[in-house]
Amino acid sequence: MSLLAALTRPEAEDFLILEASLLNEWKLEAWRALFTEECRYLVPNTNGDPYASPESSLYLIADDGHHLTERVKRLNKKTAHAEYPRSRTRRLISNVRFLERGKAMVKVESSFITYRSAQGVTDTFFGRHEHCLVEQDGGLRIAEKRTILDMEALRPQGRLSIIV
Amino acid sequence: MQHHQGAHADAALRIDEASGRFQVARSNYTDPSLHAAEMEAIFAKCWLFVGHESELPKPNDFVTRRVAGRPVIYLRDREGKVRCLLNVCPHRGAQVCRQKKGSAKLFSCIYHGWAFENSGRNINIAESETYHEQFNAPGSNAQLNDLVPVPRFESYRGLWFLNFDPGAVSLHDYLGNAREYIDIVMDQAELGMQVVGEMQEYSARANWKLLAENSTDILHVTTLHPTYLDLVKTNSAGTMVRGKVMGKSIDLGNGHAVVEREASYGRPIAKWMPMWGEEARVEIEAIYAKLVGRYGKERADRMSTCARNLLIFPNLVINDIMSVTLRTFQPTAVDYMEVSVWAIAPGEEFGKPALSRRLTNFLEFLGPGGFATPDDIEALESCQRAFAAHREAPWNDLSKGLGRKPDATDELPQRVFWLQWRDRLMQRAG
Repeated sequence: MSLLAALTRPEAEDFLILEASLLNEWKLEAWRALFTEECRYLVPNTNGDPYASPESSLYLIADDGHHLTERVKRLNKKTAHAEYPRSRTRRLISNVRFLERGKAMVKVESSFITYRSAQGVTDTFFGRHEHCLVEQDGGLRIAEKRTILDMEALRPQGRLSIIV
Repeated sequence: MQHHQGAHADAALRIDEASGRFQVARSNYTDPSLHAAEMEAIFAKCWLFVGHESELPKPNDFVTRRVAGRPVIYLRDREGKVRCLLNVCPHRGAQVCRQKKGSAKLFSCIYHGWAFENSGRNINIAESETYHEQFNAPGSNAQLNDLVPVPRFESYRGLWFLNFDPGAVSLHDYLGNAREYIDIVMDQAELGMQVVGEMQEYSARANWKLLAENSTDILHVTTLHPTYLDLVKTNSAGTMVRGKVMGKSIDLGNGHAVVEREASYGRPIAKWMPMWGEEARVEIEAIYAKLVGRYGKERADRMSTCARNLLIFPNLVINDIMSVTLRTFQPTAVDYMEVSVWAIAPGEEFGKPALSRRLTNFLEFLGPGGFATPDDIEALESCQRAFAAHREAPWNDLSKGLGRKPDATDELPQRVFWLQWRDRLMQRAG
């Protein structure tokens, strides 16, 4: 049986917990390696349809594989001023369930709360992730991660300088 | 109060032309009493951006937003006329519309049921038979039962502005020399500029004037945005590297200013970059050829290869840079502002790869998830935190380029802003 077909809900949850821990620990290259080369990392606008096409709608983040690689490079630089000195973050993942179970792809939904603390201020981000997972080289990879924020606006957080 | 404001504003700037020094008091960004003074002298007197006409494509479309703290409904009425009504029930003051956007022929107040056509005209008063017969009679003061429109509401090239001062000069005259630069942005579109998707809404824990300064500040790009410049270098296969910025800063009058210079990145209109591929090169050459056809080579070159950062005093930014953005910011406290941002694009790009390139270009730099804007927010908030030392370290410096023909990285636009700010607070400006 293929990895995807045999994937249980707790295993999917373990994968998301691993992903969150890499982000909490700022191991961003290892985090990037969880994705396929030609992946998408999407954060739709807090206004409008979160499934509108990023080709014709303004998103907050709409990275393809190239831009995600570049984003990771940026966040590892001291000149990424919004994140240097690095913020402290903690990601809580919950309510994990399958939305779709296809042969080539499974879609997993999770709820999240992410705390970010920096420069005397703590901000909270909350919403849901939708991960499209595929199998590659005998392991799970993220082909698309869509992070749908539940906040009405990025206020008072003001920025999405971290990967929430 | 007037005297106090004036005295305050006089101490706000320190200008010594003999030694080429232009200083701004840091208390201007931190004094809570100034917030109220600015709301009166600037935000209740200047033309303020409300929205773009393409946000209301059909009759009965509406959006609600806050402009200078006031809740407004920006709408297209059933006859197709664009209006701006204060979102406050004439009866007991609840907001008559509590949705962010939608389509509605009428607004009905949840509190006591008064209802209004989207022209603002009252069509229902709860238990109207219990009122005096003259209360809502034609020819009496029945208009007191209607929604209140903003005192002035005018548009230029698809941009709608309001003014809370009934006696203000026309929008046309207020924009003045800035119109030329709005034109060069809007003229890039054959089918008109249109908003792409929805606006981004974010904030900064900083005084609003810091973002007014920042939006036309080209000096900071090299130091604050090296990670963006690295990205452009990668995307352009090393062909686009920032050197000396060739261009100029221009005082447009009334507090407006623009920086126009050679762009050091690809532009959807119409400067190709290698990452976009050969197909895009052909498309961009066609866009450029059309611009030459419409406006001649000189203006087409200026549209294509130059970037523009334009500030319309006090709080509208039109940046025609790697993408075109409208940005406005509303102070809600001396140390906090709400920022709203739109991407606009020529109508003819919709449904084509050109729009996707434009959005990618936008997100590479702009917005709260971009490779640059978060660092701007960080810098602004860093200033605001540091201004707490204003008593012992009282002055900001904006002297760069004073006394010469200012180039693109001089601090002329910031000086223009502050002089207008001072004149407005001292009530010297028209």
